[in-house]
Amino acid sequence: MTARKLEQRNGNMKVVKSNSLTFDEHDENMTVHQLNPDTWVDSYADYLFNYAIARVSDTEIAKDLVQETFFAGLKSAKNYKGDAAERTWLVAILKRKVIDHYRKINSKKGKAEVRVNYSSKSDADGDWLEEQIADPFSSFENDRLENEELGAAIYECIAQLPQKQSLVFTMKTIQGMSTEDICNELGINPSNLWVMIHRARTTLMGCLNQNWFNL
Amino acid sequence: MISCEEAATICNKTQYKEASFLEKIQLKLHLLFCSTCAMYSKKNAQLTNLCQKANLQNLTEKEKSKMKQEIRNKA
Repeated sequence: MTARKLEQRNGNMKVVKSNSLTFDEHDENMTVHQLNPDTWVDSYADYLFNYAIARVSDTEIAKDLVQETFFAGLKSAKNYKGDAAERTWLVAILKRKVIDHYRKINSKKGKAEVRVNYSSKSDADGDWLEEQIADPFSSFENDRLENEELGAAIYECIAQLPQKQSLVFTMKTIQGMSTEDICNELGINPSNLWVMIHRARTTLMGCLNQNWFNL
Repeated sequence: MISCEEAATICNKTQYKEASFLEKIQLKLHLLFCSTCAMYSKKNAQLTNLCQKANLQNLTEKEKSKMKQEIRNKA
C-alpha cells in the first residue's frame, strides 16, 4: 500500500516536473529572437544612422557605416544566436564598424602623432597645463550624451506610430520639408496632413511622457 | 470664436511656424479661456523643443530604397 502510494507520488512529481519543464521551454521560445533582413532598413536604418552620426559626425561616413553594418549582419546571420534583440545585435556590429573606421583613418602615417607642447600655440607664454584642463562646470559632454539618449527615445516612439503618420511626421519635423512638398509627394491635401501630424504628435507626447519624463 | 479642434490645428501649425498672424491671435484668445488647449499647447511646444534638442537626422526614402536594393543584391 505504502509502496504504491510512494509510486503514485513519484509519478505525480514526475508529472509536475515535466510540466514545469515544458513551461521553461515555452518561455525560452518566447524570448528567442529572429532575424528579418527584409525589414532592417525600414525599422532600424534611422536609429543606426543617428547612432553612427553621433560618433563620426559626417553624414556620408555614417551612411556608409550603416550600409556596411547591414552587409555584415547578412554575412554573419547564421552566427546569430537569438538571445539579443535584432536591434541590439545590429548596434553591436555598428560599434565595431565605428571602431574600424577610426582605426583606418588613424593608420595613415603621422596621423596618430602626439603633441608634446604645452599648448597648440607653441610660442604662447605662461600657458600652464592647469589652464588647459577641461572646465569642470561645463555641461557640454553631458548634454551630448543626454541628447543622444533623447534621440533614441524619440525614434523608439516614432517606430510605434502607424506607418503613414510616422512618414509624415519625419518628413515634416526631421527633414523639415514644406507642407506643399509633402502633399505633392504623398498625394494628400493639407488638412489631411495636419490631421496626421496632430495624431502623430499626440501619440508622441504620450509616449515620451512615459519613456523620457517618467511621469 | 474658434473650436478646440481648430485651435489644435493652429497650435500644430505654429510648431512649424506656418500659422498666419490672424490665426495666432485667434489661438491666443482661445488659450485664455480653454485650459485643456492651453495644456495641449504647452506640451506641444515641449515636444518641438525635445525634437530640436535631440538634433534628429534621418535618411531620405531615396537613400533607404537604395540601401534595400543593395542588400537584396548581396543576399
